[in-house]
Amino acid sequence: MSDTTTTENEELPTRRDFIYVATGMLGVIGAASVAWPFIDQMRPDAAVLAAGQPIDVNLEAVEPGQAITVTWRGKPYFVRRLTEDEIASASELGEGDMKEFAPIETRLGGEEVKDWVIVSANCTHLGCVPKVIDTKPEGWNCPCHGSVFDMTGRILRGPAATNLPLPPYVFTSATNLVIGTDQA
Amino acid sequence: MSTLEHHGTYQPTTGLGKWMDARLPLPRLMYDSFVAYPVPRNLNYAYTFGGMLSIMLVLQILTGVVLAMHYNGSTVGAFTSVEHIMRDVNNGWLLRYMHANGASFFFAAVFLHIFRGMYYGSYKEPRELLWILGCIIFLLMMATAFMGYVLPWGQMSFWGATVITGFFTAFPVVGEPIQQLLLGGFAVDNPTLNRFFSLHYLLPFMIAGVVVLHVWALHVTGQTNPTGVEIKSKTDTVPFTPFATIKDAFALIVFFLFFAYFVFYMPNFLGHADNYIEANPLVTPSHIVPEWYFLPFYAILRAITFDIGPLTSKLLGVLAMFGSIAVLFVMPWLDTSKVRSAVYRPWYKVFFWLFVVNAIFLGWLGAKPAEGVYTFLAQLSTLYYFGFFIVILPLLGLIETPRRVPNSITEAVLAKSSKRSGGAAQDAAASTDNKA
Ligand code: HEM
Ligand code: FES
Repeated sequence: MSDTTTTENEELPTRRDFIYVATGMLGVIGAASVAWPFIDQMRPDAAVLAAGQPIDVNLEAVEPGQAITVTWRGKPYFVRRLTEDEIASASELGEGDMKEFAPIETRLGGEEVKDWVIVSANCTHLGCVPKVIDTKPEGWNCPCHGSVFDMTGRILRGPAATNLPLPPYVFTSATNLVIGTDQA
Repeated sequence: MSTLEHHGTYQPTTGLGKWMDARLPLPRLMYDSFVAYPVPRNLNYAYTFGGMLSIMLVLQILTGVVLAMHYNGSTVGAFTSVEHIMRDVNNGWLLRYMHANGASFFFAAVFLHIFRGMYYGSYKEPRELLWILGCIIFLLMMATAFMGYVLPWGQMSFWGATVITGFFTAFPVVGEPIQQLLLGGFAVDNPTLNRFFSLHYLLPFMIAGVVVLHVWALHVTGQTNPTGVEIKSKTDTVPFTPFATIKDAFALIVFFLFFAYFVFYMPNFLGHADNYIEANPLVTPSHIVPEWYFLPFYAILRAITFDIGPLTSKLLGVLAMFGSIAVLFVMPWLDTSKVRSAVYRPWYKVFFWLFVVNAIFLGWLGAKPAEGVYTFLAQLSTLYYFGFFIVILPLLGLIETPRRVPNSITEAVLAKSSKRSGGAAQDAAASTDNKA
């Protein structure tokens, strides 16, 4: 039989070797394709993603010096209106004062709406909601592990390494803000 | 390796016993493992925590399964369903307090069990795998308790879950996708609670599986004992039943007295008042602390406040915290000493007790705010924690002069009892026998 001839010829791969390898490979591919749905189901589902639609925020009632918290995609965001003094004190901060430098213009709302700060309300350390404070130039401090952010959400000190991120947003009028998209 | 000589063999006497033995010899396995099984004759109470741990696991599963009959795993219903268990369900308060305090006592026992292993050198050859299986159980327990604590959906549940899943964001690039995969969303929410409930139900049974492997490995190598000398002959051992059984049972009853005191008289002492406030994603409690059994690791996490090169303090803190558990896995290879038990290692003994005090101190620091002198102390403590494993263990084995190790367990036991009885004639004879 062919068996006897092939075992004598050890260097040559046999048809049986081929079948072993092919079966093994197919098995691995099969196992991986079956495993995938089990892992994939854990990712944010369609309902969660749908809840990620942009939201409208009415700004009429917010006075300079006030901050409100809104939720988008299940996460809180600060919408804070700064006073002249607060903007001035944040502008004075230089590169040496913070862990991640970003010029003040990049932190404030668009052209005509310079007094607004819209930032994530989850501390960039491990996600707690920082407390609003106004010991200028400090604007937030995190109760969890003591990170301190300035009036525009830039990280001054503490275990957090990065600034509070800016969500995509756009002002559709002077009193209406849309969070979740930067297209009007 | 010594061959463990059993005390007697299983002899089925009844008809049913013989019938079973020929088909599924489960009674034989039980007899060999828990009746005739030889245990060192000098085991002390430090060796009773293993038994307690098995009972605690059973208790957690029993109370957990009945709690799950009344619990509602959704963000809308979770908090109220736990209040419902506390007020409306017959004896619900008792079951929940047993489950919540049971977790604490489970951890208390596992810490003592681990310290026992470190003191008597249980991790050393040939018990490396036994030790590693134990470390795996410890990891699974931590995951289970963490997810269980999220279920009542109080403020500490929510923010604890936020902070702990936030660890993953410390890893560049892959961190955020991993966090979203764990949460099933962008923040801790209903999908998170649902999967945590599912996994909290599953993991204890996986623990039970690993416990079987752990006990199997134990029964291959046999137990260590306070002398660290392996079993050499049958006179070194006594049968598991009644000797170990009675000792374990006595210790268990004492342990349960403390447990009952907590359950009935101070059921919320180990918890946090904030967890009786329903989860609110917009407000973080002013001081969040994990459960007491996580505090030492939490202190290590927060101790790292400095960057090293491109590695941020956040990443380093998370790595240090994971590392503090990972280092346990390699302990068998870090210790270079040929002597197993700390009883005969005068210096190791000192460093070991320092390690215990330091671990408790870390726990205390973990509950303090992370600022000022506390951060500095936590850094010192973290340094000793890692120094113990990475520097002291390897070096000490090379430079320490151990005391004389007895030739056998029997010799050690007889020497001790002759000292106690002032050298009674019989003991004196026995010890001369040994010298000969
Ligand atoms: C390794 C074993 C286990 C540990 C360490 C553990 C730990 C915990 C902890 C710490 C809590 C929070 C208690 C509180 O503060 O209210 C909890 C809650 C809960 N656990 Fe477990 N658990 C274990 C096994 C199980 C099992 C097997 C089930 C079965 C389904 C279960 C079901 C529950 C339920 C329904 C809750 C929520 C009700 C409550 O908070 O009391 N647990 N668990
Ligand atoms: S979560 Fe804010 S400092 Fe840690």
